Amino acid sequence: MSTFEAILLTIVTASTPLLIAALGELVTERSGVLNLGVEGMMAMGAACSFAAAVTFNSTLLGVGAGIVAGTLMAALFAVVVLGFAANQVGSGLALTILGLGLSGLIGAPFVGARRDPVAPISIPGLSDLPVIGRLFFGQDLFVYASILLTIAVAYYLGRIRSGLTLRSIGENHTSAHALGLPVWRVRFLAILFGGACAGLAGAYLSLVYTRFWSPNMTAGRGWIALALVVFAAWRPGWALIGAYIFGAATVLQLHAQAAQFGVPSQLLSAVPYLATILALLLLSLRHGRALGAPGSLGTPFVPDR
Amino acid sequence: MRFELTPRPTISPVARALAPVLAFVTAFLIAGVVVWLMGRSPIAAFQVYVLQPLSDPWALQELLVKATPLALIAIGLSYCFRANFWNIGAEGQYVIGALLGSWLALKTHGGFWVMPAMLVLGILGGALYGLIPAFLKTRFGVNEILTSLMLVYVAQLLLDYLVRGPWRDPKGFNFPQSVTFDPAATLPLVADGSRVHYGTIFALVAVIVTAIVLGRTLFGYRLKLTGDAPRAARFAGFSAKHTTLAVFAISGGLAGLAGISEVSGQIGQLQPSISPGYGFTAITVAFLGRLNPIGILVASLVVALTFIGGESAQILLKLPLDLTQAFQGILLLCVLSADALVSHRIRFITRGGGK
Repeated sequence: MSTFEAILLTIVTASTPLLIAALGELVTERSGVLNLGVEGMMAMGAACSFAAAVTFNSTLLGVGAGIVAGTLMAALFAVVVLGFAANQVGSGLALTILGLGLSGLIGAPFVGARRDPVAPISIPGLSDLPVIGRLFFGQDLFVYASILLTIAVAYYLGRIRSGLTLRSIGENHTSAHALGLPVWRVRFLAILFGGACAGLAGAYLSLVYTRFWSPNMTAGRGWIALALVVFAAWRPGWALIGAYIFGAATVLQLHAQAAQFGVPSQLLSAVPYLATILALLLLSLRHGRALGAPGSLGTPFVPDR
Repeated sequence: MRFELTPRPTISPVARALAPVLAFVTAFLIAGVVVWLMGRSPIAAFQVYVLQPLSDPWALQELLVKATPLALIAIGLSYCFRANFWNIGAEGQYVIGALLGSWLALKTHGGFWVMPAMLVLGILGGALYGLIPAFLKTRFGVNEILTSLMLVYVAQLLLDYLVRGPWRDPKGFNFPQSVTFDPAATLPLVADGSRVHYGTIFALVAVIVTAIVLGRTLFGYRLKLTGDAPRAARFAGFSAKHTTLAVFAISGGLAGLAGISEVSGQIGQLQPSISPGYGFTAITVAFLGRLNPIGILVASLVVALTFIGGESAQILLKLPLDLTQAFQGILLLCVLSADALVSHRIRFITRGGGK
């Protein structure tokens, strides 16, 4: 396999967790809730899935545990911001701090353990094609799942009645409530979906991407996923494109570090973060402020009576 | 069963004052359960975390040392949060303040002016770094939450580069650290033989000045109005752009001051980790103190206790430091929930009852 082909394959692996987490957050934000806890939910997903996968020697159980962990964290967030109408920005930050701390507690006994790679699918004939074979027909199942998830979310938000309901609640919760739409229930479910996706993204990180667990291994990917949602102007298709651009930036800087161009490695490590700022800046320059942001995003809902 | 949330018509001042206390107790109970689930005694943990530091004079000094950066940063953040701007990159501003101040310490050899100049550079570094997200927000409308956070990673990588590269002590056996600052570049101690440096005095001054600014000046009123009623603030002629730049410069400057004070008064050299996450913990401190200067002072001491307790619990009970971080997350969630519950009432409606 050529280096070029290997780089393309790792870009896919690096992009997939970003995409999954961003899609979850996108749905949450479309319902009008800003959950800044993606990083924490992802860290919990990574720690719990790895712990479960090692303990039961099963990738499937690991993935399940990751999704459950992310969902539970999201449920906690939902209780605080929906049940108590607490400040969403602060609560999201708290969720991140809590998630990073708890994941450290859960993962500590599993430092140093390793998992075998997850086998990619193999379609006789197609997977053996030069260059595009492995790229399109030889990935692991998560990659295909993330693409399907993108299509499903786009279809749900654009074509399905309950998806349109979710969007209208996100645009204006007061009007939606007056129309008799169940603001709380929809938002609760949207937050849970966001948590499940973040948990799955975390599971992918520890079970497929690194195949070990280490403290703070999410390294800001949850925050990059949040930035991707803004970058994508809250549209799933653009989240896919954005995730692959960021995945590529991450992988290429790693290869640049290995090649030792004489550029300090720390500068290259800063590339994904600087790229995030640059991307947000370029987006604002092109479209003016807050393009496509749901109208009620981040405001607590207390019905007027 | 359903629930309903209604705003309370009047908010009791007693409830408002008690809310952080109740939140703290709740957070402690939850943490106790976590410790119990981990197979340790919650009572022993409480003893190590809270009672032991409070009964030991050395630990009490350590408490002031740890509370100092927390109070300085949280006071700065309270300006931002009051005006409803979200600077969550104080950790990065702290690092850049420390770096710019330390640059002078590493380039000079003595002189009475060095220390004051380092402090000014520290404030300047933090303020300029804080102005980046503020400028991006006011000029281009870029979300300040994400940019300020991304800049934390950048600042930490810059620190890492400097202490492993150009600023590394050539005689330091290849350890990633700078030379030890000479006495002229060391922040003096408040009293000989104590551990408390002048940073603590700066924190106290910041608390007093902020209390006056927020309570007695037009600027303080402007912040409150911008946060509570942005439309009214615009009608009053207060420019949101100027407010944004001002609060980010203030909070960045104080974070930078905290950074250079910590490095020159406490650590004495640069190293890859000059903060156990003070910049993020200060967010909890600011809210626990209800964004009120005196409240923040108390909250910084209380939260500093969890840092010291966390360190001794790691040694005595083999409880990992991550527990402290998890506790701080729980604490912030509890504080925000308690705040919201003071202003809202929850009613549970069982099936069939009420509308």
